[in-house]
Amino acid sequence: MAKTGVKTVKVPLAGNDAAAHAMKQVNPDVVAAYPITPQTELMQAFAQFVADGEVDTELITTESEHSAMSACVGAAAAGARTMTATSANGFALMWEVLYIAASLRLPITMAVVNRALSGPINIHCDHSDSMGARDAGWMQMYAENPQEAYDLWLIAIKAAENHDVLLPAMVMYDGFIISHTMEVVEILPDEAVKEYVGPYKPAYAMLLDEKPFTVGPLDFHDYYFEHKRQEIEGTEHAPAALAEAAAEYAKISGRHYGPLESYRADDADVVMVALGSTAGTARYVVDVLREQGKAAGLMKLRTFRPFPNAEVAGALGNAKCVVVCDRVASFGAFGSPTFMEVRSALYEVPERPLVINYVYGLGGRDTGPDLLEQAFAEGFRVAETGEIKQHVGYLGVR
Amino acid sequence: MEKKKGWKEIPLGGLITEAGNAAEYETGSWRTFKPVLDQEACNNCLICWIFCPDTSIVVEDEEMVGFDYVHCKGCGICAAECPKKAIEMVLEQEE
Ligand code: SF4
Ligand code: SF4
Repeated sequence: MAKTGVKTVKVPLAGNDAAAHAMKQVNPDVVAAYPITPQTELMQAFAQFVADGEVDTELITTESEHSAMSACVGAAAAGARTMTATSANGFALMWEVLYIAASLRLPITMAVVNRALSGPINIHCDHSDSMGARDAGWMQMYAENPQEAYDLWLIAIKAAENHDVLLPAMVMYDGFIISHTMEVVEILPDEAVKEYVGPYKPAYAMLLDEKPFTVGPLDFHDYYFEHKRQEIEGTEHAPAALAEAAAEYAKISGRHYGPLESYRADDADVVMVALGSTAGTARYVVDVLREQGKAAGLMKLRTFRPFPNAEVAGALGNAKCVVVCDRVASFGAFGSPTFMEVRSALYEVPERPLVINYVYGLGGRDTGPDLLEQAFAEGFRVAETGEIKQHVGYLGVR
Repeated sequence: MEKKKGWKEIPLGGLITEAGNAAEYETGSWRTFKPVLDQEACNNCLICWIFCPDTSIVVEDEEMVGFDYVHCKGCGICAAECPKKAIEMVLEQEE
């Protein structure tokens, strides 16, 4: 039983199974997905629920991820609550249609099991898949563990379907590290989830609305810009919708989810920024350093899109040095995506901290406490001397 | 000139909410060649009407009477399909 009085069950689940449970409890109208690798066991588990008659979902197995996302767009435009999942190169194959889903304002939600993009060919964790689509118009949230994978997907649905927002949302969790690792997950009762997400109320529905209309027509220089401006407006309403959805979720689950989470960061000289499972490792390292008397802290970034600019500035503004760790390289850019966003967010802070960047863990390279300690050590050196030797470093590369 | 609407006044996500409004889009200016009918040669078989992709063949009382030049794009399909060679494609500026 959760503190909230809702009768929950605690079960050991890998991230994929936790996410599949969320899908099962939502019981979406349509799921369209590519059934072969790089698809993960998440979809296999959900297909089992469909086969066993535990959900009413129409599961469409398509011949590619491009088709999967296209089918999702069609289903959502028809008026169906639509969900899907993918990973790595499958995600890359969806690219074109990601933008279309967002521009048509279809609140499709998707789990992205973060794995490295080819090449070279690799199946392990990094964030190169989802980070590349950070400007596609989707909301993006990174889960730290199976529990968050379950919780954030439910929150994402509610925020995405909010009529002030109407944008698709993706929830990321680290390939293998979260997707295949079992942890105890607190599952809400089916009824509570059903009540939380509520009946689906599409903004438009080709199969339900009485008046005919056209979806996805040509839109030239005369109106394309105006439609993009509308889409931007949707993203601007997203933070409030996410906060509202998270607050309601806290009422039934007892778990609170903001766009970011600070850990021992208030009085910290050096604050590390991390996403996903690495935040857990960083929290441990912060404790180790604190025991040694070093003022270390962590800011876990949960929501990457829309980027919580003001909150980030508030959470990091008092540090002397901020160490941004990113599991992705942005080729040719000055630092990785999170570094660029964080550094920009701090620009107007009166006494802004120095910011350094570490790219780590590409292609599933294991990143243990020792490596994060190295990054912190450099952060403390920068904090003490006030001098950055190298803005962008690479953690654990030979 | 018609005043265009701002982003707050237009339908969500680029939807077209009125059916059949393609007629408001005048595509006649796209033409390089213009179909011209030779009424004498025409036997009113209406094959041109079947083939025209822009519904620009004007038919009255089951007879082919001419073209809707406001929408005809000058593709020449009607001229190519006409069994009586009753349609000639003429360069716009020479006409
Ligand atoms: S196809 Fe030729 S002959 Fe037949 S109706 Fe058209 S113009 Fe006349
Ligand atoms: S030229 Fe093309 S568009 Fe014009 S009337 Fe003939 S078939 Fe139709």
